[in-house]
Amino acid sequence: MNLTKDELREMYRLLLLTRKNDERVNEIYARKGLPELPHSCMGEEAIAVGCTYKLRQDDYIIPSLRARGMFLVKGIPTKVMMAGAYGKRTGPARSISTSHHMGDMSKGIMLGTGLIGSSVAVATGAALGLKDMGKDSVSLISFGDGASSQGDFFESLNLAAIWKLPVIFVCENNGYAISTTTDRQMAVENVADKAAGLGVSAVIVDGNDVLAVFEATQEAVARARRGEGPTLVECKTNRWHGHSENDRDNYRNPAEVEAMKRDDCVKRFEKYLLDKGVLTPELAAKIMQSVLQEIDEAVKFAEESPFPAPEEALRDVYAD
Amino acid sequence: MKEITYREALREALAEEMRRDEKVFMMGEDIANYGGSFKVTLGLVEEFGTNRVKDTPLAESVIVGAAVGAAMVGMRPVPEIMFADFMVLVMDHIVNNAAKMTYMSDGELKVPMVLRAAQGAGTGSGAHHCQSVEGWLMNIPGIKIVIPSTPYDAKGLMKAAIRDNNPVVFLEHKMLYATKGMIPEEEYVIELGKADIKREGSDVTVIAYSAMIPKALKAAEILAKEGISVEVIDPRTLKPLDTATLVKSVAKTKRALIVHESCLTGGAGAEIAAILAKEAFDYLDAPITRIGAPDTPVPFSPPLEKYFIPSEQRIIQGIRDLLG
Ligand SMILES: Cc1ncc(C[n+]2csc(CCOP(=O)(O)OP(=O)(O)O)c2C)c(N)n1
Ligand SMILES: [Mg+2]
Repeated sequence: MNLTKDELREMYRLLLLTRKNDERVNEIYARKGLPELPHSCMGEEAIAVGCTYKLRQDDYIIPSLRARGMFLVKGIPTKVMMAGAYGKRTGPARSISTSHHMGDMSKGIMLGTGLIGSSVAVATGAALGLKDMGKDSVSLISFGDGASSQGDFFESLNLAAIWKLPVIFVCENNGYAISTTTDRQMAVENVADKAAGLGVSAVIVDGNDVLAVFEATQEAVARARRGEGPTLVECKTNRWHGHSENDRDNYRNPAEVEAMKRDDCVKRFEKYLLDKGVLTPELAAKIMQSVLQEIDEAVKFAEESPFPAPEEALRDVYAD
Repeated sequence: MKEITYREALREALAEEMRRDEKVFMMGEDIANYGGSFKVTLGLVEEFGTNRVKDTPLAESVIVGAAVGAAMVGMRPVPEIMFADFMVLVMDHIVNNAAKMTYMSDGELKVPMVLRAAQGAGTGSGAHHCQSVEGWLMNIPGIKIVIPSTPYDAKGLMKAAIRDNNPVVFLEHKMLYATKGMIPEEEYVIELGKADIKREGSDVTVIAYSAMIPKALKAAEILAKEGISVEVIDPRTLKPLDTATLVKSVAKTKRALIVHESCLTGGAGAEIAAILAKEAFDYLDAPITRIGAPDTPVPFSPPLEKYFIPSEQRIIQGIRDLLG
């Protein structure tokens, strides 16, 4: 792994930003509600940050519902994402759509769909397009364990394998699809086990280890760029919160959730960096302060921004 | 009589039918312990067990495809897909399997299945979770479409749908789940294909369904204070459609306004308007008029979503325009 100290610190900042942003959005939602229902990514931040870090601007991603960090790493400003949660005109696409699946083609972010699994096929198609246009960019999609039950998952992996498409399938396996546990979702133990039958190389990594995710993804990206085809990177992780912030999460044992929280990807990386001397407590405090300030400013920006005008609903159904 | 929510009414119907006929079972994502995204099936697993209230993997196509197969061998499945927007994922099974089996077997095969889904805007969930899809389904011969607006109708129609020997798509509206209404203590079933006059009137007929019924009734109430008498009719099922009741009303009022939440173009209202244009032609004093959502996806931001959904105000204006 060849990351400089500055890069490691930046990775840490992004991880922390994803966490603190999520905490703040959840807090606001609980206190006074928000137009957009938050689907917390707490516990899973390392996957989004690790798999997107150091992707090129011309590499395309489609982040999952649980991959807020992917947007931040790819350069969506925190305040724009926040304005999206508020449904304000300054949010992504003027808040015509929710920020869960926002796109920004200038940053290599493709718009996703709320239909779980469908975007896996779209990402596969992006890889097809990039390849046929002779580019060495890759397409990377993240999705959950539940999504891997959909037909589009199997059809996409199959197509990507036979056509050797430059696509990286990042599965965030958090053990649940809403209330459905993975053992009731699939008869094999790992999502990666499905890839074997389709001829797609797969790796399983500790999804709470941001560097492990980063390395596995970078290797998959390198393979894809060399024309060696797709890789499935299965990241094992935990979903700390309910499916969404209005899910009472009463189908899980609180002890199970408490145990999850003991493996905190942010704290883990922080400790690693402190041990290696890349971070000092002072530096960590400074990063924390800047992150919190960024979020404060984002909230202020979102609150002060106007809503879109009603008639704006009629715009942009067709391209010019 | 007792007061009950739309959600509870559906749950009662499902429970009663499962008690009555052991062939009836449900399957869908997170419908057992979780009770479904909108908690319609909450608690049913306790009485009927996980074999009759089956949690499935996250895979709509097989939920509905498997329901068709189970129905063909004699079960009476009630599959659920969480959001009607996901209907697209199961269209093959609806269009090519469920809807065609009886016809292609010269009447031998039956596919008694009730596909439940929640539709409609108002929750701020955006373009992929708020669409009203009955218009897509209108053009499929071989299925029935049920779209209730009240707890009373929801219960009685669900029971009829489960007893029907044809594939039925049962569209529930998210914004109606918590609405309340009176239903009898004793059992009742509402025949599919019978419209209901929700309010009698003489000046104009408003034909609406699902979440547009409460709005149409509100509009009628407001206009009544000005001496405008509005008849509000709910077809309750779009396939079959109770043409006779609609025509009879329009013959009386001589004016028809059709209101639905789905996009205007190619919506169910177009079909109803075409039927009225022929069957009620001689009675009409004004052009048949439709109100629907604009032809856009459902926007997310609150002011945009509010603008998108046909409002009481739009209905009132539509009625005024009809009366000249
Ligand atoms: C096609 C489709 N079916 C169902 C849903 C409802 N839904 C939203 S998220 C979700 C669970 C997703 O589970 P998983 O893929 O494991 O992702 P996670 O939420 O755990 O990150 C479900 C069932 C949906 N949005 N789209
Ligand atoms: Mg999951």
